[in-house]
Amino acid sequence: MSDLEQFRKETRAWLEANCPPEMRKPATSDGDVFWGGRNAKFSSEPQRVWFERMRDKGWTVPDWPKEYGGGGLDGAEHKVLREEMARIGARPPLSSFGIWMLGPALLKFGNEAQKKEHLPKIAAGLIRWCQGYSEPNAGSDLASLQTRAESDGDDYVINGQKIWTSYANYADWIFCLVRTDPAAKKHDGISFILFDMASKGVSTKPILLISGYSPFCETFFDNVRVPKSHVVGQVNRGWDVAKYLLQHERAMISGMGERGVGRPLGQVAADWVGTDEQGRLDDAMLRSQITAFEVDEAALAAAAERAVDLAKAGQSHPAFSSAMKYYGTELNKRRYEILMSAGGIDALEWESERSRGGARPRAWLRTKANSIEGGTSEVMLGIVAKRILDLPGA
Amino acid sequence: MALVLTEEQSMLRDSARGLISDKAPVSHLRHLRDSKDATGFSRDLWKEFSEMGFSGLLVPEQFGGSGLGAVEAGIVLEEIGRTLMPSPFLATSVVAASALLRGGSEAQKSEHLPKIAAGSLLAALAVDEGAKHRPLNTKMQAVRSGNGFKLNGEKAFVVDGHTADLLIVAARTAGSAGEARGLTLFLVNPKTKGLATERTIMVDAHNAARIVFDNVEVDADSVLGEVDQGGALLEGVLNIGRGAVASEMVGLSEEVFGRTVTYLKERKQFGKLIGEFQALQHRAAQLYVDIEISRAAVLKALQALDADIGKAASAVAVAKAKAGTTATRAVQEGVQMHGGMGMTDQFDIGFFMKRARVCEELFGDSNFHADQLARSRSY
Repeated sequence: MSDLEQFRKETRAWLEANCPPEMRKPATSDGDVFWGGRNAKFSSEPQRVWFERMRDKGWTVPDWPKEYGGGGLDGAEHKVLREEMARIGARPPLSSFGIWMLGPALLKFGNEAQKKEHLPKIAAGLIRWCQGYSEPNAGSDLASLQTRAESDGDDYVINGQKIWTSYANYADWIFCLVRTDPAAKKHDGISFILFDMASKGVSTKPILLISGYSPFCETFFDNVRVPKSHVVGQVNRGWDVAKYLLQHERAMISGMGERGVGRPLGQVAADWVGTDEQGRLDDAMLRSQITAFEVDEAALAAAAERAVDLAKAGQSHPAFSSAMKYYGTELNKRRYEILMSAGGIDALEWESERSRGGARPRAWLRTKANSIEGGTSEVMLGIVAKRILDLPGA
Repeated sequence: MALVLTEEQSMLRDSARGLISDKAPVSHLRHLRDSKDATGFSRDLWKEFSEMGFSGLLVPEQFGGSGLGAVEAGIVLEEIGRTLMPSPFLATSVVAASALLRGGSEAQKSEHLPKIAAGSLLAALAVDEGAKHRPLNTKMQAVRSGNGFKLNGEKAFVVDGHTADLLIVAARTAGSAGEARGLTLFLVNPKTKGLATERTIMVDAHNAARIVFDNVEVDADSVLGEVDQGGALLEGVLNIGRGAVASEMVGLSEEVFGRTVTYLKERKQFGKLIGEFQALQHRAAQLYVDIEISRAAVLKALQALDADIGKAASAVAVAKAKAGTTATRAVQEGVQMHGGMGMTDQFDIGFFMKRARVCEELFGDSNFHADQLARSRSY
């Protein structure tokens, strides 16, 4: 038996023995997701057990080096772990922007002290991070951001405002883009800096969205003092870090939605619409929309798998995550349009217990942000046109 | 298995690409079309193809072939898709070789497979009867008669049917239209009495034929696989063909897209390269993404066919459906973005559009395969 087959065998056995049955169902509410952080609470005992067992193996971040709290798995082993977790429907034990976004950027650009300070706390779910990127006047044109960091001895003094900061009101620390050289060209005067959200002068204000939820905040900085040692990478070269991190963010967002897990969308739709005497969805037009969706969904799943394999083989294009982000988010919006159509009037209820507080229409509305956050679909297509297709003037 | 080509597979791609792009660029197809070539492909080139081992790609080594799989067949078809080379490769080396390999008796395999590997035997699968691909609706009758069967009916869209030395014919020995049970495959010599072949020149200038069977007598030894049980064999063979055609469509899409992007960087209007216009940039980027996703879906299907053909149906349905809609878009955008030039016969883009339309129908269109996927998922 090869080492990898041995690893699969052991991993399967360990997961069978250690993943509580309650953690083998898809997450259906926010409470089902464990985000970690100083104020984190487990919504259930199985959630706690599952998290702690995975954390102790380093499998909250399976492919990070062991010295930083990771599992030290190589690409092939990590794929086996993902496959084995998918096989039993195991939920991720810990979700966080630290894992998906900051961690990879720190591993590439952070100095040793920064890695030792922050990575183990991300892996152990001790610190919850948020992302300070967008500003009221810097959305798609992110590099025009205006939040200032002025030098004052060993510190920077930060003033300005961020917006669409996901879960800023729950976050312990922020990774933030600030302008350290207002005279330089817009991409050249930006630095990537880390600081505690409990610092004096930081305040947050949740934004009520069309879904009725407030996952995003406005975040204000009023003379926030941050040591210069908290800059990641070189001062004024923060755009390199920001772009690298965005690739990971886009890869994460493209994977949103319930692709490939649970029941096929057509069967879910059949619960509402019913089937004809031949067992086919009793709405021919909706059925054909769903079949086209499911073809695209399965094809995208193959492409996501291939993207990982290409990266492992050193054959991937660095801008490819933009292509996947575009496709994955548009697909997820399609899924929810179909779900709303399939649910008909039942999917319109907003507050009843029957509708679990309008879970479906709220989720439907939430997906509309998918193709905006982390770079709009139009920005993604522009990146593909410029960086992959090399089209002129893009 | 990783969804990337192995080193050996990359080498196979390079050698196929070298030969095909060198010996059979699109002008090769154009010449065959314009000269109204009676064969419809170049026998000399097929000989060269065989000498390089391509004709026997799927034939096991004991029968003189290379013993490779669907992934390798797809690699060659993708290169064929880039130049639209008319070739017996699909009908003979992929579809017929798979049918014989999977359903043939030792005697049938020994008789035919070495000839396929050597490039000396051409074969064709006769399955379609109506305007749309519906294998389960096969009506063609095979009635027991003496020591054998008597075949009556009509087949259409038989790829390479007019040059075939051997036909593999799907007929009904029992059951009724719509049922898998009762289908049987037969090996038929096209020269048999009562069999009439009409070459049908199709829109893409590739080979196809209509074949009428009027009391065509075959003996019992001509049954491929088991009587009444040919449904599963046929489905497996068709799935290999579908994966292969999906590969051809990926190659075709990528080629037409590459030519289009090049044109966007050369053509000027309003004092600008037209590739500077965002309306075209975004459509080009969308098409790029669809082609990449199609490529992944097709490789996934080909690997699934090699791993376990009995479990590959869903992956194949996804691949053929996705590659079909992508190719259809790629050729339409190709013509549109080339403007008036794209409408001219002198320009090659139209050849790709015509071939894409044929590939879309071949072995089931995107709607057929999306429907198959839904049925397999019980809705």
